[in-house]
Amino acid sequence: MVNWIWLFFIVISVVVAAATGRMDAVTQAAFDGAKNGVTICFGLISILVFWMGLMRIAEDAGLLARLARLLSPLVRLLFPDVPKGHPAMGYIMSNMSANILGLGNAATPMGIKAMQELQKLNPNPDTATPAMCTLLALNTSSITLVPTTLIAIRMNYGSVNPAEIVGTTLAATAVATIAAIALDRWYRHRQPPLAPPTAEQPLGKQEHRSAGLLRSRGSGKRPAT
Amino acid sequence: MYAFINLLSAWMIPAIIAFIPLYGAFRKVPVYETFTEGAKEGFGTAISIIPHLVGMMVAISMFRASGAMDFITGAMEPLLRYIGIPGEVLPLALLRPLTGAGSLAFTSDLIATYGPDSMIGRIASTIQGSTDTTLYVLTVYFGAIGIRRTRYALKVGLFSDLVGFVAAVFICLYIFG
Repeated sequence: MVNWIWLFFIVISVVVAAATGRMDAVTQAAFDGAKNGVTICFGLISILVFWMGLMRIAEDAGLLARLARLLSPLVRLLFPDVPKGHPAMGYIMSNMSANILGLGNAATPMGIKAMQELQKLNPNPDTATPAMCTLLALNTSSITLVPTTLIAIRMNYGSVNPAEIVGTTLAATAVATIAAIALDRWYRHRQPPLAPPTAEQPLGKQEHRSAGLLRSRGSGKRPAT
Repeated sequence: MYAFINLLSAWMIPAIIAFIPLYGAFRKVPVYETFTEGAKEGFGTAISIIPHLVGMMVAISMFRASGAMDFITGAMEPLLRYIGIPGEVLPLALLRPLTGAGSLAFTSDLIATYGPDSMIGRIASTIQGSTDTTLYVLTVYFGAIGIRRTRYALKVGLFSDLVGFVAAVFICLYIFG
């Protein structure tokens, strides 16, 4: 899907630019975009180096394992295929906590560390595992308690009550996160992950979709959650 | 409440930065050496993201500059107005999953134009605050570990952006309306 979106953006841009006579602007934008990508990565270097160093201390001291145990039931529910006590759990927990607390530049390094740990469990290193997709879903919808940047902007423009959007933001982000988790669950059950095709599967495809969903839920090798 | 939240966010990061090494020292971890050992990984990880991010940023940047975005927005605006969503916030729905900096700039612009306490200002703030930049998160997280087949991850992310957008609009209309 990423391949198609990428191709779509580039081809449509050139076609529209040809129609609107903005060819120069699009050419300039292509190189500006490339420069921007590198600039962002360079900005990430300091953040990643710093937080990954700090997180190594947390890992070696057993702090991450403690954090993982603290909210273990919730995380086990979301990530049923990560073995108990695996280091990925600690990083997933710290990534989620950093997101919730709005520590944006700490959340990214922790999320990447969590991905790297999940990659160690991946039998097929160029394909995303269901756990990776769930972690990504949680991060794209990113529950944040306090959107500090926005409160600051609203203050700048003289809002009477800059923090009045905290409640609405929390409600909207909760709805988005629930939707993400629900769809993620649905895909997880619909596409038996990484399992080699069995003799049953072609039959399953002929069945009604919801029947297939029920069947794979009922007889799945993974314990139902 | 607001002062408390402000204070909390000012103290959170320094508290974590001090607490982790302190806890490590307490558990007899050689804190400085462990820090540098772990930090080594950061550089390589950041560099490995470059190709992915450059590819994405080029495509998004071209798309915005070509005017394709305005075209889509213009086509959809009447439909949105019909169901009661202010058309001014629509570009935000398209920008938000694509670029964090771009959508933040657009949000600031809406707030500056219509005022932070207008309905549009409130809706824009809520949309901007309630989700993250899906394409960026996907590119960085999967780029860092070399995932090429992303399976259904992007669909889930974009779907939740759409749900978040609709939820933000209607929650604001209901609460502030």
